[in-house]
Order: sequence, then C-alpha cells, then structure tokens
Amino acid sequence: METPVLIFKCVLVVALFIVSLLVAMYSTYAERKVAAFLQDRLGPNRAGVFGLLQPLADGVKMFMKEEIIPNVSNKTLFILGPCLAMITALMAGVLIPWGGNLEIAGHVFALQITDLNIGILYIFGVTSLGVYGIMIGGWASNNKYSLFGAIRASAQMVSYEIAMGLAIIALIMTTGTMSLSEIAHQQGSGYANIVYQPLGFLIFLICVFAELNRAPFDMPESESELVGGYHTEYSSMKLGFYLFAEYINMFISSAVLVTFYLGGYNFPFQAELNSMLGLSTNAATLLGTGVFFLKIFFFIFFFMWVRWTLPRFRYDQLMKLGWQSLIPISILNVLITGLVMWFTGKIN
Amino acid sequence: MSSTKIEKHQAEIESKGYSTLNLGPTHPATHGIFQNILTMDGDIIIDAVPTIGYIHRAFEKLAERRPFYQITTLTDRLNYCSSPINNMGYHMTVEKLIGAEIPKRAQYLRVILMELARIADHIICNSVIGVDTGALTGFVYIFQQRESIYEIYEEVCGARLTTNVGRIGGLERDFSPKAWQKINKFLTEFPVALKEFENLLMRNRIFMDRVVGGGSISAERALNYGFTGPNLRAAGVDYDVRVATPYSSYDDFDFKIPVGQNGDTYDRFMVRQEEMWQSLSIIKQAIAKLPEGPFHADIPEFYLPPKEEVYNNMEALIYQFKIVMGETTVPIGEVYHSVEGGNGELGFYMVSDGGRTPYRLSFRRPCFIYYQAYPEMIKGSMLSDAILTLSSLNVIAGELDA
Repeated sequence: METPVLIFKCVLVVALFIVSLLVAMYSTYAERKVAAFLQDRLGPNRAGVFGLLQPLADGVKMFMKEEIIPNVSNKTLFILGPCLAMITALMAGVLIPWGGNLEIAGHVFALQITDLNIGILYIFGVTSLGVYGIMIGGWASNNKYSLFGAIRASAQMVSYEIAMGLAIIALIMTTGTMSLSEIAHQQGSGYANIVYQPLGFLIFLICVFAELNRAPFDMPESESELVGGYHTEYSSMKLGFYLFAEYINMFISSAVLVTFYLGGYNFPFQAELNSMLGLSTNAATLLGTGVFFLKIFFFIFFFMWVRWTLPRFRYDQLMKLGWQSLIPISILNVLITGLVMWFTGKIN
Repeated sequence: MSSTKIEKHQAEIESKGYSTLNLGPTHPATHGIFQNILTMDGDIIIDAVPTIGYIHRAFEKLAERRPFYQITTLTDRLNYCSSPINNMGYHMTVEKLIGAEIPKRAQYLRVILMELARIADHIICNSVIGVDTGALTGFVYIFQQRESIYEIYEEVCGARLTTNVGRIGGLERDFSPKAWQKINKFLTEFPVALKEFENLLMRNRIFMDRVVGGGSISAERALNYGFTGPNLRAAGVDYDVRVATPYSSYDDFDFKIPVGQNGDTYDRFMVRQEEMWQSLSIIKQAIAKLPEGPFHADIPEFYLPPKEEVYNNMEALIYQFKIVMGETTVPIGEVYHSVEGGNGELGFYMVSDGGRTPYRLSFRRPCFIYYQAYPEMIKGSMLSDAILTLSSLNVIAGELDA
C-alpha cells in the first residue's frame, strides 16, 4: 500500500474511533433528553449549558466508582465479557462507506476504511459476535438473574439473526453485490433500495431492534424482571463498557441500515444540487457524509422514540414473533424478489 | 421446615432439573418487601413459597396501648397509597362505637377525600403495571396527577403521604378556598391525562398480549380466598362495600361498579381504569351537592375544641385535657366497620372494654388475603407474568404486614 493511502487510512481509523465514541457518548445524553421530551420532563440540565457536559460527568463517575468483582464469579470471563462487547461494537464500523471520494494532493481516497467484497458477511459475523459479550458476562457473574438475561439474549439472537439474514439475501439478490461501497454507490444512480425491498427493510428494521436489545426487545436487561439482566453484577467502567457498546451498536446499526436501504451518503437530487451550488468534489463528498449522519441520527432518534413509547414483549412472544412471523415473511420476501426478478428479466 | 426436610426438598428439586430462584425481598419489581422462593423449570414457575413479615410493625398490638385518637397515625401506614381511606375507615369505626351522628357536609368532604385517595391508589397500580411491561412513559404522564392529589392533601391536612387526615367526629378543619381551587384544577386536568394514559396502553397490541390471560383467577377461587375490591370485581363479582353497605352517604351518589370477566391482569387493569372515571364522577357529584353546615359532629368529649375556646372557656379546657390525656369514656362493646379501600374491603374490628384504649383492634387487610392466593395464581406462568400479576394485585407491603 502506498504511503499516502496508509496515512489516510490511519487517520480515518482514528477518526472513526473518536466519532463512534463521541456519538455513543452523546447518544446517552440524547436518550435522556429524548426520554425527558417524550415524558414531559426536563432531563439532564445541570452539567454545562443544557446539560451538555453530562456524558463527561457520567464517564468520570463510571471511572471513579468502586469496582466490584463477585467472589463467586469466573474472573477472567467476567472481565472478558464487557471487553468483547466493546471490541465487537467497534469492529463493525470499518466497512461502512461514510461518503464518496476525497481528492487530496492529487490522490483519490474513498471515505471507507476497507472495502471487502464480502462486506455484508463480515458485518453480519461481527454483530453476531456481540452476543458473546453478553453471554459470557451473564454466565461469568454466577447470578441467576444474569444467567436469565444471558439465556434470553442468546435465544433472541438465534431467532432474529435468521430473519435478518434472509432479509439481506433478498437485498443481495437485487443489488447483486456484497460490497457495501458498491451497494451505496448503486443507490446514487438509481432509487434507494427501500423502493425495491420495502418488506425487507421492515424485517431488517425489526431485527435491528432485536439485535440491539432495545425496547420492545430489551429482554436481556428487562429491568423490571431481571434487575439488570446480564449486567446485574457489573459496576464501574465494566458496566460503562456494556452500556457504551450498546450505544455504539446503535450508531453502527443505524449506519448499516441507512447504507443498505436508504441510499447511504446519497440523497435525492444530489447531482443537481451539487452543480447548482458549484461544489467541488471534496465539498460534495462532505455534504454527502453530512446527510448520511443526519439519516443515522434520525434512526437513533427513532430507536429512542420506540423505546419510550412501547411496552416490551414477553420472552416467548418474542421467540414466536421471530420464528413464526418474521422468518416465514422473510422467506416469502426472498421468493417474491426472485419471482419479480425472473419476470422482469433481470435474471435468465 | 427442619434441615433434613429442606435437604430432601432440595434433592427433589435438583433431581427434576428444576432450579430455585429467590425473587425478593429487595427485587426492583416487587415494589415493596416481598420474598418469593420460586421453583423454576427454565422460565416457567413450578412452585412459589411467599414469605411475609419483613415490615411487620405490630400495629394491632400497638393499638392496644394507644388512646383512640392516636391510632389514626397507625392506619396511615397500612396502605400508604390511599391513607385517607384508612384514616376515615378508622374514624368511622370509632364513631360507630360511640354512636356519633356526623353532619352531611363532613360526610361529603370525606367522600371527596376518599375518592381522591382511590384515584391516587389506582394511578399507582395501573401505571406500575405499565412500568413492569416496560412502558415508562405512561407512568410519568399520569404520576403528575398523583402529585396534584398530594397537593390537595397538603392543603387539606398539611401532610402528603401519611395524611392523618380527619378526626373522630369529622374533619379537623373545613377545606380552604385554595384547596377547592386545587381540586377544581385537578378535576379539569385529570381526565385529559387519564385519557392520554389509556390511549398509550389500553389497546396497545404488545401490552394486551402481555396482560390478557395472565395471572387469572376464577370468581369461585377468588371468593374462597376472600378477595374483595377491584381484584374480585375483575373476576366478575359485583361486590363493592360502597354499595353493599353504604357508609358516609355513598348512597346519595350515582355511580357504576365496573366488573370484569376473566379475573386476569388485563381485567384488573381495566376495572381500576374505569373506577378512576367513576371516582371522578362521584367527586363531581359531591361537590355539586355539597351542603352547608358544620364540618364535624357535636361530640365535645371526642372532638378537640378550637384553641381560642380552650384558652377562654373552662369546659373546653377540660375536654381538651381529657381528650389529649386519653381519659374520655368510651362505651363497652364490639364493632366492625368496613370501607372500600384502595384495593379491597378494609375492615376494622374493634373491641372496647370501656378503657382509654381499645381492648383489641383488628384490621381486615385485603393485601394479606391477595398475597395468599399469589402462589396459586402464578403457578405455570412465566417469570415476567408473575411480576405483572403481583403489580396488578396491588399488594402493598405496609398493608400486607401491618
């Protein structure tokens, strides 16, 4: 790899890391503000203007708290759990195409850390690994409530991953590629994939809720039944890691969702707008990235909106929804997609 | 159980592959100090052994050592979500014993306070069912209204939670103009908030899936256990003390008794929801019909005279002294009086031997009865349902343990 590319990638990796953490930090703040807004309250407003320093204060608090590792726990796994959750959360972001191309000193760089040709599989694999953090943490705590949370998390993951996979298969059929940059690029010239895959989008959205353990699928940490679920025994920054990983996951999942179905960094009348404003390539790319982030923030808000509106499912109802509704519907979706493609002559 | 018995029990549980889960006494979902030792088959409850007595404060024994007027503060701490009803129930029991005639105005004011307390109690119960299903927002919407009710209490008697409101013979003071203002404000704001709350939960598909059919009990079993109040009415029996044996002029008002069918969590939720609307209507009727007149009975040997009287009038000073020292003469006899409490028939059985304190005072505490049925109601259901069942029964630890 050439040196400028290497430097650029390094900068991008660091930038992604920082942005992920920043977005996750301010998602915790946003969560509390959105909840407050939906519930007729004020929300955090003491630390800094509008409580903007609240995430920092929370972070400091998490670091300063006493760290308690239960005597009866498996210490190695107890520490491994939150680390794994955090690592897998940070790993998925490398494949997201954050924007178009940048031109710096005659070199063209893509705003993507790496473009695997099996990108979808990678993302799918890494997000699935996330549940190991929860399972290991729940098991290592040696607490029955944690174990309940861990079991629920793994059962939930198993039942929703299949539907999610099938929704993506239909997407791969229409796009014909597994590379994320290719998917994002295709949507720039045609319609966003949601037009071709409305049902697939819905299934994927529901599965993302389940994947993120967000309400109405927040079984693993349903605080009214399981105390804290898998993180009942966790304290200090280990707890912080779990919570943080959840918000990073939310950010990355929104990004994946937007890339797959809602055009990624493209937006309607993009070319017209760029020529009207007379933007350079770099400015146009940055504008695209800005729009991409706006879409992501909308979905983060959407996740919060749903969380503070709906009650949660019971464990068996959730399995039922996964196995008996979503999987048949997603198979149907694959079938319909195939038939439509066959009749329109897209495949021979 | 003896230690060998416990070991045998443990071995039996383990041989079947069951596990034991200790739900409580400090579990966040139990809303009070309850312990249940559950035998679980995965997520299904096979058996439950409830433990009571974590906050037993021996109120019945304490009552035997206290003059009559000092027992009111004990009743505050029974069902602390609806203290005014407990206070009034106790006052009415003593009034029944001494045969006092309470003026209409005092009775109507009591009805207003009691119905406000019923609304506050049902707000807690129903919004907490929402919280236990994960919907926190409805809870916050409607809890604002409970705060308004507490402000009314504050205006009427100075206290919020443990109200100690009213005296034997009536109320200690009439409602102030500010209290009326607050009541009127509540009457206009509450229906809006309640409607909002209903829209959020009542027909919500996820919520209904969670609560319909959960923790059900048949009318027969409920009656056998001695259920009363909303939990019995949810099972389909239209028993309400306010109608069956009217007290405090409840027969002057026109209201409906909502009845459920299946006795499940959803029916209990709906019965309480409708009861709030009915209570609202009773309060409105009571305000419309409120007669003029004194706010307490003319029983100087039990009702504390106003302070200016005490300083300027010999008889008043004597009565003040006798009442405060607990030297009033009470007729010999026994009396039972019950009121429709926040979650069932709250009864007071009092035996008086003519002394300065009751010889015996027993509380009929509805929560104590519900909690006995709890293991039967949750057997075979999932852990999540068990928690919803407990919150929909509205078992209050203070009343359970007395």
